[in-house]
Amino acid sequence: MDMKTANKKMSAKDKYRLLTRDLSWEPSYRTEEEIFPYLAYEGLKIHDWNKWEDPFRLTMDAYWKYQAEKERKFYAIIDAHAQNNGHLNITDARYLSALKIFLQAISPGEYAAHKGFARAGREFRGVGTQVACQMQAIDEIRHAQTQIHALSNYNKFYNGFHAFADQRDRIWYTSVARSFFDDAMSAGPFEFMIAIGFSFEYVLTNLLFVPFMSGAAYNGDMATVTFGFSAQSDEARHMTLGLECIKFMLEQDPDNLPIVQGWIDKWFWRGFRVLGLVSTMMDYMLPKRVMSWREAWEIYGAENGGALFKDLARYGIRPPKGWDDAEAGIDHMSHQFMLGLYQWSFGTSFHAWIPSDEDLQWLSAKYPTTFDKYYRPRWEHIKKLEAAGTPFKNYGLAKLCQCCQLPTVFTEPADPTLICHREVEYKGDKYHFCSDHCMSIFDNEPEKYIQAWLPMPALFQEPTNGDLGAWMDWVSLKDGQDNGDFADSQDRRNFEMWRGMATSNQ
Amino acid sequence: MHIDLRTVSIQPLRQTFDHLARRFGDKPSSRYQEGSYDIQPVENLHYRPTWDPDQVLYDASITKIVMNDWYALKDPRQFYYSTYTLARARQQENTEANFSFVETRGLADMLPDDLRRRALDLLVPLRHAAWGANLNNTFICSYGYGTVFTQPCMYHAMDNLGTAQYLSRIGLLLGGTEALEDGKAAWMDGDAWQGLRRYTEDCLVVRDPFELFVAQNVALDGLLYPLVYERIVDDQFAANGGSVVAMLSQFMSDWFDETRKWVDAVMKVAAAESEQNREQLQVWTSAWRDRAAAALLPVIEQVFAGQADEVMGEQLAAFKARLDKTGVVV
Repeated sequence: MDMKTANKKMSAKDKYRLLTRDLSWEPSYRTEEEIFPYLAYEGLKIHDWNKWEDPFRLTMDAYWKYQAEKERKFYAIIDAHAQNNGHLNITDARYLSALKIFLQAISPGEYAAHKGFARAGREFRGVGTQVACQMQAIDEIRHAQTQIHALSNYNKFYNGFHAFADQRDRIWYTSVARSFFDDAMSAGPFEFMIAIGFSFEYVLTNLLFVPFMSGAAYNGDMATVTFGFSAQSDEARHMTLGLECIKFMLEQDPDNLPIVQGWIDKWFWRGFRVLGLVSTMMDYMLPKRVMSWREAWEIYGAENGGALFKDLARYGIRPPKGWDDAEAGIDHMSHQFMLGLYQWSFGTSFHAWIPSDEDLQWLSAKYPTTFDKYYRPRWEHIKKLEAAGTPFKNYGLAKLCQCCQLPTVFTEPADPTLICHREVEYKGDKYHFCSDHCMSIFDNEPEKYIQAWLPMPALFQEPTNGDLGAWMDWVSLKDGQDNGDFADSQDRRNFEMWRGMATSNQ
Repeated sequence: MHIDLRTVSIQPLRQTFDHLARRFGDKPSSRYQEGSYDIQPVENLHYRPTWDPDQVLYDASITKIVMNDWYALKDPRQFYYSTYTLARARQQENTEANFSFVETRGLADMLPDDLRRRALDLLVPLRHAAWGANLNNTFICSYGYGTVFTQPCMYHAMDNLGTAQYLSRIGLLLGGTEALEDGKAAWMDGDAWQGLRRYTEDCLVVRDPFELFVAQNVALDGLLYPLVYERIVDDQFAANGGSVVAMLSQFMSDWFDETRKWVDAVMKVAAAESEQNREQLQVWTSAWRDRAAAALLPVIEQVFAGQADEVMGEQLAAFKARLDKTGVVV
């Protein structure tokens, strides 16, 4: 018997097809519907799963090899960072608030993405789609873990990090990010891909990661820089997956267009609201600032997003419905949100503070049309109250938007002096919203959004029954340590003392 | 700005995160602990899944197995992403060296035709079974509860894909693209493979993650790997001039030795939790084992012919002895 040995001239594409695509088969003992039960109910029409293009032809052996190299480098650097008290290299301890928010709200999002992509990697048909989603699933647990590992050393020396796992499920502001990911995961596999794979990974991730990681570099935080850059090559793969996915859906059937457009509208706005947290980190929490939120939006939002939607126009896709209102909010959102965080700082597991004169000047320069007119006077007033010994604290609770779960502190797109507030009555109950777009997301799926867990009403229920001290225990918030003004915080005192020890001879 | 820091010794405020201190005391945690325990959301989940409103997003009740604490199902290898990836990277380096040893010396061409045929007939269709295992482990990770139980399933799924790809490469090396086509035809229509294909497709509709763990990782792989890689490849083939095949499939043998420790640990802890769990695991394990044995018998008959029953009997005894140690009596 004469048998051919391996065809040496096989192209990389053919080889990948044989090693991956060719593994599946048409089942005959069970139906496709039994094996993939969630593919139909969202209404997407897919005629040929083989039309899926694999943007990355990565076999497992290559995956293990590349990823292991990155892992070795990453852990070598964070080990050295911990051993050498690398935390004393940061500009000052105000910077830590950004890291605390990251660990409490963003790292759990990585975990949710891990689970969500695992589900997509099982529920989709087509090996190309499945493998791409599975690789993202394993990458995302990597990101959750490298972030926890990188920030673990900070937890040993500073407050506010210690209860991230409890606060992920309980404290009020993390429900902004948690409800975002829960929303995506409770959607069908196609919507999940638009939500996380496309809107979050492709349209918004650069707005989160690039400024945040440059901010870490500017502020001497090598641990965070390292996990950021180590994750970036994974992100490149994820972005390509997100884009491939949307093109695939649109190319399969013209009837998919309105469904996909609706999801883009929804998830752009959902994502934009989550980024409200990032805008505040960038404009207020970095002692040494890289660029303003406005500048980051110009580069990573307006330019990149503009080019993307121009590219997708050939499928009939238009820019997201909320785009103009987002643009109108850019010069306001970080200020509005930071003013909120300052007045509610008794209830946050990170510190807020009154910006210094130098900071106010920077903000005036970066936001010439809005800051001096609308926000500087408020900070000046707060400063006066502080100097008089009567600091401004708002012990009232924030009214949260039923959809995005942010406090309704944002203003009307056309009038920065008027708080934007919408309400809807549904089955006898009133629901509140921060914007037209959050309201219309609710209107499309009221039965989903009435289920939202809202942390403020929860405060008045079991087990805390409106008792603030009991609530702090329940969210594992140590009053006087984790929360309040940075100015008289333990973090500040300790950092200054330790840094003094390390930079002087005393 | 670079500041030269004098080396100072600072007393940490705390040793670890609250959730780990509650479990293990206020002492420094391992990276496995930090990356695994309690990192899955537990409560105040926002919305019910639209794809199945009877479930919640992270739902311990979709399996019949009941655990007071799902984080009791610790992985004895303590794999988190980094340790997992480093372990597999070393193994793939070794596998690559084996492939290149065989390729550069033309050892595949020296394989007797009869043995080559038998190796291809046996191994190439198994790449489809490995792909089924990938989807099943992805499922267990997706719908299982508690990160220490689910994360190894994701690693396992990627391993299953790796195995499917190594089997494909063995096929290409020993028989070219034709071998893959023949293997797929056998998987689809060959008599010897229909039991296994039916088993795999039946697993793809099981939606209890723990039952699927038993069906795929305990019962099927618990018989398939020792039968194929130990008894056939390492013993039979190697004794008849086919050590090349054993070299090319070393990843699979090593992998089974390593991963069965995890599989056994999961079974042992889940069975020890309650009599009800033990009984459920026994019912599932017996039922799926019987089906797996019946599905694999025609597969090994290709090699053992009349002795296949005897070999299977021995393997079932070994399987029973292995499971006995986990407290699951089958």
